[in-house]
Amino acid sequence: MLSYILKRIGLLIPTLLGVITLVFFMISLSPGDPARVMLGERASAEQLEKLREDLGLDRPLHQQYFSYLSRIVRLDFGKSITTGRPVIEEIGQLFPATMELAFFAMLLASGLGIIIGVVSATKRNTPLDYASMIGALFGVSMPVFWLGLVLIMIFSVGLDLLPTGGRMNIRLYMETFTNFYIIDALIALFRKGDITYLGSALKHLILPAAALGTIPLAIIARTTRSSMLEVLKQDYIKTARAAGIPEGKIIFRYALKNALLPIITVIGIQFGLLLSGAILTETIFAWPGIGKWIYHSISARDYPAVQGGIIIISTVFVVINLLVDILYSVVNPRVRLS
Amino acid sequence: MNDTLIVKDPTPFQEILHELSKNKAAVAGLIIIALFLLIGILAPLIAPKDPFAQEISLRKLPPFSPGYILGSDDLGRDMLSRLMYGARISMIIGVISVGIAMGSGLLIGVTAGYIGGWYDRIVMRLIDIMLAFPYILLTIVIVAVLGPSLFNAMVAIGVSQIPRYARLVRASVLAEKEADYVTAERSLGASPLSLMFLSILPNCLAPVSVQATLGVGEAILSSAALSFLGLGAQPPTPEWGLMIASSREFITNAWWIVTFPGLATLLAVLGFNLFGDGLRDVLDPKLRE
Repeated sequence: MLSYILKRIGLLIPTLLGVITLVFFMISLSPGDPARVMLGERASAEQLEKLREDLGLDRPLHQQYFSYLSRIVRLDFGKSITTGRPVIEEIGQLFPATMELAFFAMLLASGLGIIIGVVSATKRNTPLDYASMIGALFGVSMPVFWLGLVLIMIFSVGLDLLPTGGRMNIRLYMETFTNFYIIDALIALFRKGDITYLGSALKHLILPAAALGTIPLAIIARTTRSSMLEVLKQDYIKTARAAGIPEGKIIFRYALKNALLPIITVIGIQFGLLLSGAILTETIFAWPGIGKWIYHSISARDYPAVQGGIIIISTVFVVINLLVDILYSVVNPRVRLS
Repeated sequence: MNDTLIVKDPTPFQEILHELSKNKAAVAGLIIIALFLLIGILAPLIAPKDPFAQEISLRKLPPFSPGYILGSDDLGRDMLSRLMYGARISMIIGVISVGIAMGSGLLIGVTAGYIGGWYDRIVMRLIDIMLAFPYILLTIVIVAVLGPSLFNAMVAIGVSQIPRYARLVRASVLAEKEADYVTAERSLGASPLSLMFLSILPNCLAPVSVQATLGVGEAILSSAALSFLGLGAQPPTPEWGLMIASSREFITNAWWIVTFPGLATLLAVLGFNLFGDGLRDVLDPKLRE
């Protein structure tokens, strides 16, 4: 077991090195003078010279590469061109917002997805099953950013039920400790007995979480259905039925438990993908997280910020995938041997 | 008297076609795809108006206005005509992106699987690195390098999809290359190139065709996303994602400008997903339930 985990972690290092290398060459491969691209046409010669010096663009490529590598290893991603602040600081500040959104999107997607999948599998080939699976197919065929706009159009503009964007009513001032607004709002609830913060934070979460969670919801529902169908065919289920055990107990205690492995794998993989899916969702809902920040950094051609953001998101993605693999091998020892 | 009944066995291709025609999802998907292909090809003939022609006095007309069945956009351009030209662009995006992905992926997968050794190890390591980027992020990285344009978006989507084909084909080649027919042809003096591409590759194409069908739908979605972020098609191109992006400010007063391009995207992608799912069920009897 341990040797398998160590081997997988060992493979992580060359992969991350490759990611950093590719991201580094993003700048040097792009056409034109990067300093000019970042500062725009109206930048003065001194400004350009200063930026080239700051970024080390005046040195030979291999020197730039090794100094970049050594800085990344020390978690020094340079300074954002637009704000002048260290990239790692900005990411650290925005990360909780993205994690909070991704967590609730995943909560929604897994909860609903597993229920829909189980119902579909047990009511196989009924109109309910067809409707769920067609719904799931729509879910994976939809442009998420468009769904976000439609949700805003219906629930914010039309029905005036939910806010169009942001994390909290801007007129509310909440003391933040963790930058996870739900946690901070819970702290406010316990300290002051004031529930308005929690209400506002939750209201702001609903639409973006629904939009971001749509694709994982559809995929989890489909996976749950096929995994459940596979398990429900097994002999021990027939035996349990013959023994007269109530159907509800068979489905939830015996079948779902054994069907969970592929479902958990899919949830893990989808969670990793959510962090990049957040680029679109956060932009639509003005959600102040890493996704929206990367979008603005791309538009502003703020290369240090874009590079830092991409390296961090990819690292989180790779690590989550690794954890999923390890979890899978813990539960299913056959994987380790192959 | 001598009438002998000649019963010809159906070829595998005919068998697949027959199975497909019984699969409702596949048929529905195929109809949708055919519809969008037709609209795309015939756009210059059937579009009621010039998709670029602005009519400032007829801005934001609601659907069913005279001469504007689906309404007009913020610059007074006919929505229907723009959507029809959008179908053309989306089909081209799908074909070119998947063409790039499949072409390179097949080449990489077949050679890696057949040659093996250090070549296989290096190539697959590179593929692993590509897979370390979440898909949409990888397309963004590539467009950021190449510069934003519709063509570069297609290249970025194509390159980002290479790993799936490479892995899929490599796995099939590894399973096929020790098969008897390959050994037989090798002993008859077939060259490695002919073995790889004429003998082995055709037997690995079933899963590839499923992936390619689903890949077209995903390419259309990704291109819409890139255009939405300002990294793909540029105005005034009637690309669906770009149309959605430029409609953002009208969600309060012109729902049709927001809704229709998204519905068109949804429907087209749905067609490819339906057909891809059907194709998978037919080609992989194990999955047939």
